[in-house]
Amino acid sequence: MSVLDSKVPQGPIADKWTKYKNEIDLVNPANKRNIDVIVVGTGLAGGSAAATLAELGYNVKTFCFQDSPRRAHSIAAQGGINAAKNYQGDGDSNYRLFYDTVKGGDYRSREENVYRLAEVSGNIIDQCVAQGVPFAREYGGLLDNRSFGGVLVSRTFYAKGQTGQQLLLGAYSAMNRQINRGKIQAFNRHEMMELVVVDGKARGIIARDLVTGEIERHSAHAVVIASGGYGNVFYLSTNAMGSNVTAAWRTHKKGAFFANPCYTQIHPTCIPVSGDLQAKLTLMSESLRNDGRIWVPKKKEDSIAIREGKLKPTQIDEENRDYYLERRYPAFGNLVPRDVASRAAKERCDAGFGVNKQGQAVYLDFKSAIHRYGKEKAFTSGHKNPSQEEIIRLGKQVVESKYGNLFDMYQKITDENPYETPMMIYPAVHYTMGGLWVDYDLMTTVPGCYAIGEANFSDHGANRLGASALMQGLADGYFVLPYTIGNYLADDIRTGEISTDSKEFEEAEKSVRNTIDKLINVNGEKPVDYFHRKLGLIMWNKSGMSRNAKGLEEAIHEIAELRDEFYKNVRVTGKAESKNAELEKATRVADFLELAELFAKDALHRNESCGGHFREEYQTEDGEAMRDDENFKYVAAWEFKGKPSEAVMHKEDLNFENIELKTRSYK
Amino acid sequence: MKLKLNIWRQEDANAKGGFETYDLDGIHGDMSFLEMLDILNNELVEKNVEPVEFDHDCREGICGMCSLQINGEPHGPDKGITTCQLHMRRFKDGDTITIEPFRAKAFPVIRDLVVDRSSFDRIQHAGGYISVNTSGNTQDANSIPVEKENADLAFNAATCIGCGACVAACKNASAMLFTSAKVSQYALLPQGEIEATERVLNMVHQMDNEGFGNCTNTGACELECPKGISLENIARMNREYLSASFKG
Repeated sequence: MSVLDSKVPQGPIADKWTKYKNEIDLVNPANKRNIDVIVVGTGLAGGSAAATLAELGYNVKTFCFQDSPRRAHSIAAQGGINAAKNYQGDGDSNYRLFYDTVKGGDYRSREENVYRLAEVSGNIIDQCVAQGVPFAREYGGLLDNRSFGGVLVSRTFYAKGQTGQQLLLGAYSAMNRQINRGKIQAFNRHEMMELVVVDGKARGIIARDLVTGEIERHSAHAVVIASGGYGNVFYLSTNAMGSNVTAAWRTHKKGAFFANPCYTQIHPTCIPVSGDLQAKLTLMSESLRNDGRIWVPKKKEDSIAIREGKLKPTQIDEENRDYYLERRYPAFGNLVPRDVASRAAKERCDAGFGVNKQGQAVYLDFKSAIHRYGKEKAFTSGHKNPSQEEIIRLGKQVVESKYGNLFDMYQKITDENPYETPMMIYPAVHYTMGGLWVDYDLMTTVPGCYAIGEANFSDHGANRLGASALMQGLADGYFVLPYTIGNYLADDIRTGEISTDSKEFEEAEKSVRNTIDKLINVNGEKPVDYFHRKLGLIMWNKSGMSRNAKGLEEAIHEIAELRDEFYKNVRVTGKAESKNAELEKATRVADFLELAELFAKDALHRNESCGGHFREEYQTEDGEAMRDDENFKYVAAWEFKGKPSEAVMHKEDLNFENIELKTRSYK
Repeated sequence: MKLKLNIWRQEDANAKGGFETYDLDGIHGDMSFLEMLDILNNELVEKNVEPVEFDHDCREGICGMCSLQINGEPHGPDKGITTCQLHMRRFKDGDTITIEPFRAKAFPVIRDLVVDRSSFDRIQHAGGYISVNTSGNTQDANSIPVEKENADLAFNAATCIGCGACVAACKNASAMLFTSAKVSQYALLPQGEIEATERVLNMVHQMDNEGFGNCTNTGACELECPKGISLENIARMNREYLSASFKG
């Protein structure tokens, strides 16, 4: 029997969550006032959890490394948030959202968690509207929807291309209300450096004040990790520069199992890399695939001419364009899931059809959308015989109203006008499905330590569908954790305040001080970025969009070597006792250098292709992923044993009782 | 291209700051302004000089963390963008670029180019929310239709990223544009109307307490705002404030 107990309640899937809520222990309001909860990270998951827990009456302390909770990287999510509201009457339901998410995740997520997510999704929209989140509306005053990849209904709610911003500011406003009541103490510009475990339970954290450099002890009855994903292990990603794995990794080293680290989402529509010293990649929302058509030239000589600047994409006729997604996947076309779209782009570029200087880009073209919308607009405004110019002018207006900010963003970065010439895009690291292992209660394997949002592993399997990250973050924070944590804290009503004078706090603080001293005292020759960039290249080349056993074995070796070199040759300038961005980077990269090895080890052991994990050895003749349900239908949860190479794997078998296991097809 | 950089260096909030000059070579037009600073910083580390501290995070113009007064203008010479969206193609070989922190009494310098904008957070704490519990017992999202025009205006106001460029651009260091954006967002929605009176009074009161200056309608804030937040929001807040003062 596995050491992992997912604690999924009994009964039919549609009744589980209701039954669970009816049967759990509750904490009475007077007792909640005596209980402290720490929330690390203030994005959609952490911010919404902190607000709700404080509103219930718990004393909450939040921690974020940014100068305000409003900066968390959830803010950059563009396209939208899914909810099974069926406002469009197109046949949507909780079951369909559940089904699409499990299938989209390539049957590597836990059914029960996903069902619950679908079940509470509608409530999220109600909640956000009540909070004053200005979602897009139709002229009748009702909410508007759009479509996203991997599904056949319109269930995505949005606020232009800034949905994440509006939802995060909603959660931030809910936090502000509790800060104003004195129920949340917000520790901004603070970084969690260590989890403190007392008598087997999570009882606090050690944090570093990033302004003064002071090392602080904070105690609580439970600790919630909501620190996001670890995409920055690739150095170049769409994550914010500060996004890091430190909180999650330190928790892992204190006993929390790390699940499926190799499941990474490579997002198909990002602005291609332009130079060696680039620090950050920018995403173009998936919503663009609603109206944009993806193509490369049919003839290789045309691609070569484009790369050499001798030919423009607008000069290539329709019959010489290869709309390869529409060709390969007629049912879903340009709206196939992200993993499928990314691999298809890589396949065309590897075959020599790429269209930028480096040959690492494909086109995303709005010409037909501009025509279609222009015609419609002309008709509805009474011009039954519009000229071509009139159609294009009106079509551009419609496209601008839908995607204006994205088009502007593209133009600012590339200096090209996407209304006139097709956008160039290429896949980039965007999201990590893997994360801390949690049970149905969202508790990690350390009692009293929870993980929510992107920091956990539970809902997206091996591939996340678009507009589902915002949904999961808010579902966990507003509607799931506030119930499940009560069930645990009900036993803590007589515990009283947790002292920070114990030997466990002392040891944890000492270990943080040692880590910092060690980094500052290396006094080598290379800045932190040098190592981070090198790590990113190893990961992208050998653990990226496609992987094979040989490459992964090399990666494991190279990562370990790089880690040794880091501790011999890194130079961290400045002092520990002041604001020191180099030191912040160094502590984060030190943890990435450990996580990366576990990542590659996990990818090497999984001898199948599923979702974002594509092993070259396991593919069909036409290049589709080959899953192996007989041998790999499980969650790989890794236990830390002193160093990443010695991590021990525990399996949680996945049971599919409500959805039939099938080969995923979007043809 | 080759550049000369005049950068404000200041050890901490209490230290006296001053400009340092650095020469930088090998910068390309496709690099972002902050990538240029990354390159400078890595060169400084290699020379064992402490790098220049600056705030940044998302690097796509939405988190509001980056700031910088570049050649005297918040977020640099281009309109409608944040510093992280500024590209070096805007400059030319041989240029001298002066980089300072956002200057305002309510934004004290923490170190070098990093300032403390927690005064903005405190204005939001005072009333930047709708008092609705997150229990999930709210009514259906479509039960109150909202006129599209108002929903769109509320959205436009809500796109403020809280970067502080409006304050840095204003000769009085006024935070009226920032505060009015939130007041407007809620005043334009039926959900926010109920607490409108209390909200505007509390937020304006907090804004005054933080030491921001008065608004003299120069419009510099709107001009420098990377998100194009409109001056109309200030007018709307003034109306809200006036009617709240009579009620209150």
